[in-house]
Amino acid sequence: MAAVGTDLKRYPGFLFLTLVCLAVLYLPLLVVMIYSFNDSNSITIWGGFSFRWYADVFTGPESEKFKAAAGTSLAIASMAAVAATVIATAAAIAMVRGGSFRGKAMTFGLISLPIMVPEIVTAVATLIFFSAIGFTRGYATILVAHIVFCIPFAYLPIAARLQGIEGSFEEAAQDLYASRAEAFRYVLMPLMMPGIISGFLLAFIISLDDFIITNFVKGAGIETLPTAIFGSVKQGIKPNIMALSTLMLGVSILFVTISYFVSRMGAKTSKP
Amino acid sequence: MAGGFQGGRAVSRTFAPVKTWLLLPSWLVIGIFLVVPVAIMLVYSFLTKEFRGGVIWEFSLAAYDQFVFDRGLFGDEAPSFEWTYVTIFARSIVQALAATVVCLLIGFPTAYFIATRPASSRSLWLFLITVPYWVNLLIRTVSMKFLIRDNGPMNEFFLSIGITSEPLGLVNTDFAIQLGLFYSYLPFMVLPIYASVERYNFALSEAAADLYASRWVTLREVLLPAVKPGVIAGCILVFVPSLGAFLAPDLLGGAKNLMIGSLIEEQFKGNAGNWPFGAAASMILLTMVLIVLLFYARQQARNEGGH
Amino acid sequence: MGAASRGTAIEVQNVVKRYGSFTALKGATFDIQDNEFFTLLGPSGCGKTTLLRMIAGFEDVTEGAILLFGEAIDKLPPNKRPVNTVFQQYALFPHMTVTENVAFGMLRLKNSKAEALERAKRMLSLVKLDQFAERKPSQLSGGQQQRVALARAMAPGPKVLLLDEPLSALDLKLRQEMRVELKQLQQETGITFVFVTHDQEEALTMSDRITVMSSGEVQQIGTAHQIYEQPNNRFVADFIGETNLIDVIIEKADGKACLCRLGGGTAILAEAAGTPIVGANGHLSIRPERISVRAAGKNDEGPAGVVEHIVYLGTDTQHMVRLDDGTLITARTQNAHHAFVNSMQGDRVTLTLDEGAARLLVD
Repeated sequence: MAAVGTDLKRYPGFLFLTLVCLAVLYLPLLVVMIYSFNDSNSITIWGGFSFRWYADVFTGPESEKFKAAAGTSLAIASMAAVAATVIATAAAIAMVRGGSFRGKAMTFGLISLPIMVPEIVTAVATLIFFSAIGFTRGYATILVAHIVFCIPFAYLPIAARLQGIEGSFEEAAQDLYASRAEAFRYVLMPLMMPGIISGFLLAFIISLDDFIITNFVKGAGIETLPTAIFGSVKQGIKPNIMALSTLMLGVSILFVTISYFVSRMGAKTSKP
Repeated sequence: MAGGFQGGRAVSRTFAPVKTWLLLPSWLVIGIFLVVPVAIMLVYSFLTKEFRGGVIWEFSLAAYDQFVFDRGLFGDEAPSFEWTYVTIFARSIVQALAATVVCLLIGFPTAYFIATRPASSRSLWLFLITVPYWVNLLIRTVSMKFLIRDNGPMNEFFLSIGITSEPLGLVNTDFAIQLGLFYSYLPFMVLPIYASVERYNFALSEAAADLYASRWVTLREVLLPAVKPGVIAGCILVFVPSLGAFLAPDLLGGAKNLMIGSLIEEQFKGNAGNWPFGAAASMILLTMVLIVLLFYARQQARNEGGH
Repeated sequence: MGAASRGTAIEVQNVVKRYGSFTALKGATFDIQDNEFFTLLGPSGCGKTTLLRMIAGFEDVTEGAILLFGEAIDKLPPNKRPVNTVFQQYALFPHMTVTENVAFGMLRLKNSKAEALERAKRMLSLVKLDQFAERKPSQLSGGQQQRVALARAMAPGPKVLLLDEPLSALDLKLRQEMRVELKQLQQETGITFVFVTHDQEEALTMSDRITVMSSGEVQQIGTAHQIYEQPNNRFVADFIGETNLIDVIIEKADGKACLCRLGGGTAILAEAAGTPIVGANGHLSIRPERISVRAAGKNDEGPAGVVEHIVYLGTDTQHMVRLDDGTLITARTQNAHHAFVNSMQGDRVTLTLDEGAARLLVD
């Protein structure tokens, strides 16, 4: 009976805790968003609604620094995401469509390694590595480090998507005289595309958001958005940081939404 | 070679002949830029420190020794037991465990609640829970700091409506760190538990009720064992990052409540650093994490084999 | 289609397939003629699909060889073999239109786009799907998808077409229609069809020749008539149609003819599938429709017993008769021929076997 069924599932207090959970998660973000529109100089006293801090981010005294940092972040995220996606796609094809082979489990362990090693350990190890080989820290070191930890994040959605594609499509392609490369290009890749895009977006966001590893390997004279924000916050939380944070918040939400719609579209075209 | 034979249909091995080429980039990139660095870090932990950062290539156990012994400023006094670093590690473990427990106490009901929503609203609840996770961790931590600091909105609010007469002094406390860790890693607890509960067959609960069990007994005796894999996965996913966390302790805990992450970071800042010591601390952290993960992997393997 | 046009399209020479310690195919040897509709028939897991996939190139041949018009193809990758496959679940590329699907093979063979599209159009006419040319597979019914799969596989003009249980996903009426269409298609185009199925009715109605397989071994090869009337062993006799399997002892033998004695003493003349050994135990196979039933008379010869069960099947009547020695025999009589068989449950009856109805199987 319906009544008994719902009764069984309901536990008093669980709804309350869920709401507490959501409140704790959203409250800080909402507060930051609200105060980013604060007209006053002080960050604690409300002075009215205004866009001035957003203007300050783009044109104020620190705007050059932030713009350079944003540019660096976006450039590195794009390149790292592309590289990681390509590498991860190749790896996914080998792991999912390569049959069983010696070293398969170890390869999977290797691919997951960047996620399993604590970020600070990766940061230290990478710093030490570049120091030991005498390579100056800078743009290149950031990029390389980002590619490494982006690979597993790109890999997971791509491999998952590939798992769901039946092997008979590639067989049919080969049966119809396609080489392996043609089978990939004309059949497999189009079908994998939602997973590849998801992987790319995930890698992009992960790269954009990274702080610890970037902070360690960047050396002096170069900033990404997170390191710039951190440096600024260390001197005290200023209102333009609120605005910048809200902007980044918006970008993140945009990416989630795109990713969500891409996977929805993908679900429709996977099966005839 | 066997390509796999499942239920009369062979598993596709289309790309088997080229798998080495396909895997080479991953092997090279991760091998050279992660595995090798960790190995070098291990080596560095056994070297002598250079006073302005960096190392002198001379074997020394000083870094590990420094953890527990204090041999005076020039290293030539009789060793006395140094509690500082052990305390830091112990505190980090405690904080990580506490964060895990808090996430579990709040995350479990949340995951359960969402999993038992009707299908139509379920994805909305999931969406709401995961959206904050997509926001930059730094920004989330900064937002939390902003919210709870002495002259921040929360204290302002409490003061203005008269609940408190002075600021709560939340920042730079262990509580703040807990809050920060909870805020950082809660979704990692909710999602695996949600996945387990979603797969749970509620007919089992009905059977229990039929046999006179109350809701809470059912929860304890029937539901919990069934969703154990999700719970354990969630705990691991919160505990491991919390152990090595940097942002929450640094921004919310301040200089007085050092955790492993901050300790390590200090060793590589400017001229006061001690690279071998930092490397040693990182190795110890890595070892702790690998032990936990190995334990978990063995449990998983045992569960798979048991079927 | 005279005999002159028949060459050997495919030779399977002692082909073995092993997956680690598991042997899926235990050494199959047979030929498939050009222009033939050849069927691999057997239950799930018998190895028929494995064999088909080895001809197509999706499975390696562990031992043995496969020749296509005299040339060994077993080491070639699938895209270098001039055979095409109709897959069981069609495997139509979901992101391409029907025309793009059908044209795929020709484009990979480096035909010009114009040629490929022209031929695709003709193929679609052949399978009567012209108006669906620009649809996506998801917009088609199961039967229509099946025809697209057929058109796609035939478009590159292969000499051999492999069909992996293509009708199994269709409902009964559609299946029956498609059987006729497929047979016609094969005869019109002259392509050699290698057809895999577990449905014996399909095999019997469509094929020129059938290979019956079980547990990785070829049990018997022959025309539908041969397989049905002259089964070699217990598996074939039992798998195809219905039959009575009776334990006997071989009393006398003269070449292929032999006299077999049932447990209860009745003697039956049978034709042996193999070489009969006097004194040995054996099994007879007798089809129910070759046995007639009549009320027991005083001096009747032939096996006698009591009617245990009568089943009315519309076109036939089935009598289950318990012989005196305990053997249960099923006899089938067409209702049109013997307007009314005057037996009821419990009556004593005598059974008469048609000439040549009993077959001694190879054990």
